[in-house]
Amino acid sequence: MTIELQEKLQDFQTYIDAEEKIEPGDWMPDDYRAHNVRQISQHAHSEVIGMQPEGNWITRAPSLRAKKILLAKIQDEGGHGLYLYSAAETLGISRDELIEQLHEGKAKYSSVFNYPTLNWADIGAIGWLVDGAAVTNQLSLRRTSYGPYARAMFRICNEESFHQRQGYEIMMKMANGTPEQREMAQDALNRWWWPALMMFGPHDNQSQRTHKGMMWKIKRASNDELRQRFIDKTVPQAEFLGLTIPDPDLRWNPDTNQYDTGEINWDEFHQVISGNGPCNRERMDHHKKVHEEGAWVREAAAAFAAKKQAQQN
Amino acid sequence: MNNQAALFQYLLQLGDTNLIIGHRLSEMCSRGPMLEEDIALTNFALDHIGQAEVLLHFAGNVENNGRSEDDLSYRRDAEDFMNLKLVEQPNTDFAFVIGRQFLLDVYQCLLYQKLSKSTNDELAGMAARFLKESIYHQRHSAAWIERLGQGTNESLGRMQHALNQLWPYTAEMFVDNPAWANLIESGVVPSATELKKEWYERVSKVLTLSGLNMPKASAEDDSLNQSIYLEQLLAEMQYLPRTYPDAKW
Repeated sequence: MTIELQEKLQDFQTYIDAEEKIEPGDWMPDDYRAHNVRQISQHAHSEVIGMQPEGNWITRAPSLRAKKILLAKIQDEGGHGLYLYSAAETLGISRDELIEQLHEGKAKYSSVFNYPTLNWADIGAIGWLVDGAAVTNQLSLRRTSYGPYARAMFRICNEESFHQRQGYEIMMKMANGTPEQREMAQDALNRWWWPALMMFGPHDNQSQRTHKGMMWKIKRASNDELRQRFIDKTVPQAEFLGLTIPDPDLRWNPDTNQYDTGEINWDEFHQVISGNGPCNRERMDHHKKVHEEGAWVREAAAAFAAKKQAQQN
Repeated sequence: MNNQAALFQYLLQLGDTNLIIGHRLSEMCSRGPMLEEDIALTNFALDHIGQAEVLLHFAGNVENNGRSEDDLSYRRDAEDFMNLKLVEQPNTDFAFVIGRQFLLDVYQCLLYQKLSKSTNDELAGMAARFLKESIYHQRHSAAWIERLGQGTNESLGRMQHALNQLWPYTAEMFVDNPAWANLIESGVVPSATELKKEWYERVSKVLTLSGLNMPKASAEDDSLNQSIYLEQLLAEMQYLPRTYPDAKW
C-alpha cells in the first residue's frame, strides 16, 4: 500500500468516525464501494422478489379493503426497490447490471422470500414478522455512513412500520376469528417465525463481513443484537394474539432482561441461501421470464425515445 | 323496473367494470416489463378497485337490502355481474393490457365527464372524483399506445393485433339498456349511444398519431355478450369468503 493511499484511508476513517456521511462524488475505498453495492442491491432485489409471495394473494384477498391494502403495500415494496436501485446507481453501476447479477446468481436477495405463502394469514405474518424484522434492521441503517442509502432508509422505515401494523391487524382478525382462521394464523406463525429470525443472518462470530461493515459504519448494529431486539419486541405481540411461538426453549430470562431462545436450524439457513429453499427456483424463473417477456416493450420504448430525440435535433 | 332498481343495475354495471379491470390489472403485479410499469399498473388496479368499492357501496344503499360492497363483490354469481366484457379479457401480453386500458380509459373519461353533471348529486360527486383518475389513466395508456405504435416493428405488430382482438368488445359500451330509459330521461345518467362519436374520434386520433389502423367493426360485435373468463376469475377472487362463509376478514 502506498503512503498516499494509507493517508487517504486514514482520512476516510476519521471522517466516518466523526459520523459524517459519504456522498456519491467523494473518494472511497474500492471495498467500501463494493460493500455498499452488494448490500444496497441485495436490499433492492429483496424488495422486488418479495413482491412475488405477497402478489400471490392479491387476486384472492378476502375483502375489498384487504385487497386495497395489499396492493398498496406491494406497490410500496416496488417503490422501495426503485429507490434502492437508484441509490446503488450512485455508486457507478446500472440497474441492468444489477439485474444481470441477480439472474446470474452473483447478487442475492433475502432468503426469507424463498418460502411460499400458503394461506391468507401468511400475508399477515409477512407484514408482522418479515417487515417487522426488516424494519428492526433498517431503523439502525438510517445511521449508515453512505448518504443516499441512509436517506432512503428514512422513507422506507416509515412505510415498513405501517406495513408491520397492517400485517398485525390481519393476524388479530385471524387469531380472533373462526377456528379455521385461528388455525391458519398459528400455521402461518409456525412457518414464518424461524425464517424471520434467519433474516438477521449468521451469529456474529460466524459473520464474515461484520467487522469491516461495522468499522465503516455501514452496519450499525450486529446481527445478534438486532435479532434479540426483534425477539424481545415480538414475543409479547404473539402472546397478545394468543398464538404460540414455535420454540419450546423460548423463555424470559430475568437476569439478562431478555428472551432466551432455542437454536436456529442453520442447516436449513445454508440450504436456502445456497438455492435449495422451497421456492428459490420458482422466484428466479419468474423474474427472468417476466424480464425476457418485457424485452420487446423496453426495446420499443428505447426506440421511440431515440426517434423523438432525433426529431428534436 | 322502477327507478331505484334501474339505478341499482346501472351502478352494478359501473362498479363491476371497475372491479374486474382492477382484478386483471392486479394480476400484473410482479409481471410488468419494467419496475416503473409494474408499480403504475398496480396503482391503476388500486384506483379501479377503489372506484368499485365506492360504486358498489352506493349500489347497496340504493338496493336497500342490507348488502355491502363486499357482499356484492364476493357473494354474487357470474351471471349477475354486469361488467363490460372488454375488461374480462386476459393479460395476453403488454399490448393487450395497454390496448384494453386505453379503450376503457377513453370511455370512462367521457362517461364520468357526463356523469359529473348527473341530476343525482351523489353520483355526480363520485364521477367528478373518478374523472381525475381516469384522465391520468388515459394519459398513461395513450402514451404507451404511441410508444408501442412508433417503437419497433414488433411492438407495432403486437399493438395492432391486440387492438384488433379487443375491438369487438367495445360495441357493448355504447348500447343503452332499455331499463335505463327513465334514468336517461331524467338526467341521472347519460345515454351510452351519445358517447360513441366522441369516443371514436378520440381513439382514432391517438391510433392515427401512433401509426396504427382503426380496427374494422363488424355487424356481429353487438351480440358479443358472452365471455369465457368471468367464472374463472370470480372463482379465484371469491374463494376465501365462499369457502369460509362465517369468517370475518
